[in-house]
Amino acid sequence: MNLLNIISKIEELDVEAADKYSFYSRRNLIKFGQKALTAAAVPTLFAATANQAFAQAGPSQAAIDVLNFALTLEYLEDEYYRLALNTANLIPAADRTVIAQISKHEVAHVVLLRGALGAAAVAKPTFKFGDSFSTYQKFLGLAQALEDTGVRAYKGQAGALINDKSILQVALQIHSVEARHAAQVRRMNGAKGWIGTAGNAPAAVYAGEEATMQATIDLVALTGKSAAAVAEAFDEPLTKAQVLAIAGTYIA
Amino acid sequence: MPGGLEPVAVGRRLFLRYSGAFVAGGALLAACKNEENPITVSPSPTMVDLGSGDIGILNYAYALEQLEAAFYTQVMTTPYSGMSDAERTILTDIRDHEIIHREFFKAAIPAANRIADLTPNFSAINFADRTSVLNTAKTFEDLGVSAYNGAGNLLKDVNLLLLAGKIVSVEARHAAVIRDLLNPKSADFAGDDVVTPANGLDVVRKPVQVLPAAQPFVRNTISGANLPTV
Repeated sequence: MNLLNIISKIEELDVEAADKYSFYSRRNLIKFGQKALTAAAVPTLFAATANQAFAQAGPSQAAIDVLNFALTLEYLEDEYYRLALNTANLIPAADRTVIAQISKHEVAHVVLLRGALGAAAVAKPTFKFGDSFSTYQKFLGLAQALEDTGVRAYKGQAGALINDKSILQVALQIHSVEARHAAQVRRMNGAKGWIGTAGNAPAAVYAGEEATMQATIDLVALTGKSAAAVAEAFDEPLTKAQVLAIAGTYIA
Repeated sequence: MPGGLEPVAVGRRLFLRYSGAFVAGGALLAACKNEENPITVSPSPTMVDLGSGDIGILNYAYALEQLEAAFYTQVMTTPYSGMSDAERTILTDIRDHEIIHREFFKAAIPAANRIADLTPNFSAINFADRTSVLNTAKTFEDLGVSAYNGAGNLLKDVNLLLLAGKIVSVEARHAAVIRDLLNPKSADFAGDDVVTPANGLDVVRKPVQVLPAAQPFVRNTISGANLPTV
């Protein structure tokens, strides 16, 4: 599947999304105009990536499993932000731009992964978010947990994609977007953008993030920096089982 | 040093360490003596070859982390006027993260294969000016994210892939926070200039694209000629 097909599929599947894209594309044009040199290479790069990723002869079963796992998480995030944006008086006007930008990406991730998987794509589960939309603080709390879990989930699957190089690259490109989201949501939630202390999310979301050893190197001893700084400097993975245990709370 | 805005403390220390170990060129050493005047860089700057295979990719990351660590060290040595407490906390945190990354790679790469300490060239950065500093930070962080995103599938060792993954998401967090400092509560933390709206994918760059973008900030000539490309 090439880039044009993906875009037309996005438009087929989600008319609302197409509207959003055309809205954003106008702004995009302005930005690209200002930064023509750096931005010019991007569409070409992506076209190459998408072609390699999705037109390749056959992804391994391991890669299909990872993509479906990722799709499940993206369904979860997509629905969470979609419902939140549609809940009256939940998101303050000043924060809607940020939440809408995140939502836009989660929509795109779902479409991208479903497109990549085709008939192999898992169905969207039914989700339950409890009282997460009762206050903005509760909404932000779960948003933070979902984003940080998403980062950890993709990170934990990278190794399984080492033989599917093009899919690995796309997964990494989603992974860093989730990290951007996580940092922004964390700060709106009153936390630092990086993971040092758990905040108000379930403990399982941050299990192991306090690590200060990397590749058998004790980084506190090596650098003289605090354990918190060292823990912040490296994000830790979660296994698929750990992630599904967290996500399962929100699957009906 | 050029423009008078060179990160004097860090730049000179790195410079001396590097030149002391590897270069005895009179022009280079003489250039260190006067911080006020532009350095005359050797007409054939010392080449740094990143090497090949996974070690080459580690050196590539180490080079970028050296650059970032030196930059934020200078930012916090000479804070721009009007730096808020919140900004001070954020930039100090990021400085420490980058130093930790740098020291990690320095310890992890076998000494025989490790590149030297690089000499940064920050002459284009006005460290007294918030916008110059934050825009440079944005450039470095976005470049770092795209570099790690592009390096992942060049690695053969699954453990190194995981380590790169542990770092890239922290760089992405930095990028988002810096972008939000520049344009608070806008879409810029994950802006359409770096995350393609139609597919939600962050920028990816291969070493052949990253190194020319990083080169203006480093006095050594960095060669990635032996890095893996697939």
